[in-house]
Amino acid sequence: MTEQTHIEPVVETEGEKNTRRAFLVAAGAAGLAYTAALAYPIYRYLASPQEMAMEATAVTEVTLKDAQKLPLGSVLMFKFGSSPALLIHHEDGRWISMTAVCTHLGCTVQYEPQADRIHCACHGGVYNPYTGANVSGPPPKPLKLYKVVAVNDAGVQVSRA
Amino acid sequence: MTAKAIYDWVDERLGLRELADFARHKTVPVHSQSFWYYWGGISLFLFLVQCFTGVLLLVYYRPGAEAFESVRQITFVMHFGWLIRSAHAWAASLLIFSILVHMFSVFFMKAYRKPREFGWLSGMALLGVASIFGFSGYLLPMDELSYFATKVGLEIPSAIPWIGPFIANLLRGGPDVSEFTVQRFFALHVVVLPAIFLPLLGFHLWLVQRHGNAAPPSVKALPASERKSEPFFPNFMRKDLAMWLIALNILALMASVFPWSLGKQYDALAPAPMGIHPEWYFMSPFEMLKLLGMIKWLQGTPGEIAGILLFTLGIALWVLIPFYDKKTESGQRARAAHYFGLLAIFALLATTFIGYWTIR
Repeated sequence: MTEQTHIEPVVETEGEKNTRRAFLVAAGAAGLAYTAALAYPIYRYLASPQEMAMEATAVTEVTLKDAQKLPLGSVLMFKFGSSPALLIHHEDGRWISMTAVCTHLGCTVQYEPQADRIHCACHGGVYNPYTGANVSGPPPKPLKLYKVVAVNDAGVQVSRA
Repeated sequence: MTAKAIYDWVDERLGLRELADFARHKTVPVHSQSFWYYWGGISLFLFLVQCFTGVLLLVYYRPGAEAFESVRQITFVMHFGWLIRSAHAWAASLLIFSILVHMFSVFFMKAYRKPREFGWLSGMALLGVASIFGFSGYLLPMDELSYFATKVGLEIPSAIPWIGPFIANLLRGGPDVSEFTVQRFFALHVVVLPAIFLPLLGFHLWLVQRHGNAAPPSVKALPASERKSEPFFPNFMRKDLAMWLIALNILALMASVFPWSLGKQYDALAPAPMGIHPEWYFMSPFEMLKLLGMIKWLQGTPGEIAGILLFTLGIALWVLIPFYDKKTESGQRARAAHYFGLLAIFALLATTFIGYWTIR
């Protein structure tokens, strides 16, 4: 350290300054590119399930095998894409399908045939089992309905409305 | 002002100045064989890679009955899963290789002599644990190859008289390799072995700080004025890190150009596939045991037992070298130990070669 204090400061010419700057910029860029090349596969690897879920969400139609045999006044829970959904066969013979994710805080709701309502056990939200409308409790929005496209020997076909 | 106040506050409690002082005075000898000093650091780096890629694999791996399915998922479904798995498998091989290079360089530089006996012993223990890491990790995918490699590998402990079959059954979790075996190998691989390896590694690295790098006898014999050294910070460390970068590049190249394969799921009833053989670093011990076992010993003594005894004796001689090659006078070259080292390298290479030659 003490020796360096006696050294006269080296005067750099403009050209030398430029080449040094160019070198530092290039080295920094190369370092960043290298780090990115390492980080990218790791990120994609860790994000795989999320990407698969996104692909599943893109599903627009589901065929529920043997669901046509569902008795009157009962419910079938199924996965539409990546989230749970309800298929209700009402006493009057109507087929209704809707998402089972509560609009309040995302719990899974349940159909209660004896009370003829959809109930969320987490915070007591209640929905109409025909329209999905939020009837009482904290839910701010109705449950989104799906379209029951066909009921035949193959099963029940449900699609995004 | 504030930065200095914080530094002083921490320094008063943790002794940062002592550490900085130590770092400033740490030097590394410079001579024609300095190149071999990098291999301990390369081994350390590859171990860190194993920790990192191991945790990444742990994110999706499921031991037990689903083991094969989860590795299939990692390899073929998860993005870049094949690369992470390939890097972990390749780094394992490279790690064993660099530990072996490190060991032989220490051996020939006589760096195990006083006061570094514990460094040698802890290093040998680390190599031992590293090979158990390799053996246990090899089973985890539960494909045909790993199934049969483990089946054959566990025949070695079961050849030990009296307690052998007991130990083998305990390791297997039953009379045959099954999902119970993967489950306990998994526990071994990710919990038990790291718990043993890490403190050993800490001890090993602490010893290196305490005693510094050993210069070979020929350099020690030089007068002090002719011995050269350089500061560790930043000179040697810079080169050390460059070596790490080279190691990482080689690993990335191997892992992506030669991706580790996944065979068929194991089937306990299927016959062994052709050309089945252990990993390269187990080839030599397997072949040695096989060759030693073929010699006709005393009447009535099974060959395998004599083979295991002789093999164990050789390992013991190797591990205990600091206690019988003790000449510390500068320049003294213990020829016996030197020839022992050459013999060990020859035996390793020859048996590995024979092993691969006789696969077909």
